[in-house]
Amino acid sequence: MVGILLPFAGLLAAALLWAAGAGWLGAVTPVAASFSPGPTVDALLQLLQGRDLWEHVALSLQRVAVGLVIALLLGIPLGVLTGLSPLFSRTTTPLFQFARMISPLSWMPIAVMVLGVGDAPVYFLLAFAAVWPILLNTAAGVAQLDPNWLLLARSLSATRRETLLRVILPGITAHILTGVRLAIGIIWIVLVPAEMLGVSAGLGYFILDSRDRLAYSDLMAAILVIGFLGYLLDHAARSLHRRWLHA
Amino acid sequence: MNRPLAEADVIRCAEQTPAVLEARGLSYAHAGIGTLFEGVSLAVRRREIVALLGSSGCGKSTLLRVLAGLEQPATGSVSFLGEPLASPHPRSALVFQQPSLLPWLKLADNVGFGLDFAHQPRAGREALQGRIAAAIEAVGLKGREAAYPAQLSGGMAQRAALARALAREPELLFADEPFSALDAITRAEMQDLLVDVVHRWHSAVLLVTHDIDEAILVADRILLMGGRPGHLAQEWTVDIPRPREDHPEAVTALRLSILGALRHASL
Repeated sequence: MVGILLPFAGLLAAALLWAAGAGWLGAVTPVAASFSPGPTVDALLQLLQGRDLWEHVALSLQRVAVGLVIALLLGIPLGVLTGLSPLFSRTTTPLFQFARMISPLSWMPIAVMVLGVGDAPVYFLLAFAAVWPILLNTAAGVAQLDPNWLLLARSLSATRRETLLRVILPGITAHILTGVRLAIGIIWIVLVPAEMLGVSAGLGYFILDSRDRLAYSDLMAAILVIGFLGYLLDHAARSLHRRWLHA
Repeated sequence: MNRPLAEADVIRCAEQTPAVLEARGLSYAHAGIGTLFEGVSLAVRRREIVALLGSSGCGKSTLLRVLAGLEQPATGSVSFLGEPLASPHPRSALVFQQPSLLPWLKLADNVGFGLDFAHQPRAGREALQGRIAAAIEAVGLKGREAAYPAQLSGGMAQRAALARALAREPELLFADEPFSALDAITRAEMQDLLVDVVHRWHSAVLLVTHDIDEAILVADRILLMGGRPGHLAQEWTVDIPRPREDHPEAVTALRLSILGALRHASL
């Protein structure tokens, strides 16, 4: 019982701090009153009844999906190659570690210049952010494959294709799913700033637009929505991981 | 019944009953560790349980892999059912120290794993289902077909690994310390089970072990491996009736004979 109540207690405490902070800020700058929980909840209910917010959400989730798929298509083969070939691994490890540490957002001006205004640079930034955890976890998964599984496959005279599809890929799926979970977390964080440039819809755009309209309650509502959706995405990725392992 | 092993003996044995596996003059070398073993000749006859006994690191696991066709020897040759062996034979199967079940497959799918691979003998779907069911029943896991490996105890998982080998209806089962990770009680159960099922399946077994008691309780013949580089030092034919626990004097005598050989050979 306590175990169920504790998370709610944490959220409630945060809400109280939020109310207190907004109240204190409101005493200094009157406009800050619209940051407080009451107006935010009103704005949120309003937004949930309308169509605009849902369209922004749908577009943002679609970008997450596209970015993730691109990252998977690049990250899994590269990760398998890194895990299987010491030569490839030694050649690329410094490069990957170097590229991984560059904030994807620093590519934004170049991405917009090369790929133009619109969805393409956002996809690029999201995929660039998400490819590293997928690649590195895939490679780690290959390195941690039970050698006996490969021996078993060889004792069955498995073809390369059979070994890859029946042993290696399922054997690294748990690691790939770990990578996907980390990637979703990173994508969700990069998404909002990435949508602040060159696009005219999405949650990041909605934040900027709310600021420009001086609709600060909408802005706070959007922050709540972003947090909640991120929580749901992470939860989904976790349960996918658990279901695969049957744990 | 105990005497130094000579090549002539191996060949004579092989001529008495058809050998499932026959190896002559095997040596194996690996860059960095040098020659691991040399001059190894042995034969495993049909339905015979042979224990390859040796201390850890004497090269017996590598010898097993060479005999199974998973590694190529530096010199010498291996034949399986009279044919030279270049790659693992479809009528052989492996059991490892760890069950190494595939965690994403249900027990029945683990037991049937690989039976449909391209290089395996063609068999109808129903025939394969029958083999899988028979193997699962033989190891006492009937009713657990839908369980995932994470839901099985260590002993049950090793039973499932044994069933996976049986489902291939092997002429020869290669077992590399299959029970050494199990607790003493489970190990004794598994040793009895192994003898029981390979007799019912008419399979021969090559059991690699460092456990003298396991070799005595399970094997029809014991080959002692040791030295650097490793070689086969001595051979015992175990003609104690089963269950061997009922013949403690004979077991003790054989045990002392093996311990004496270990000491004299300073393996």
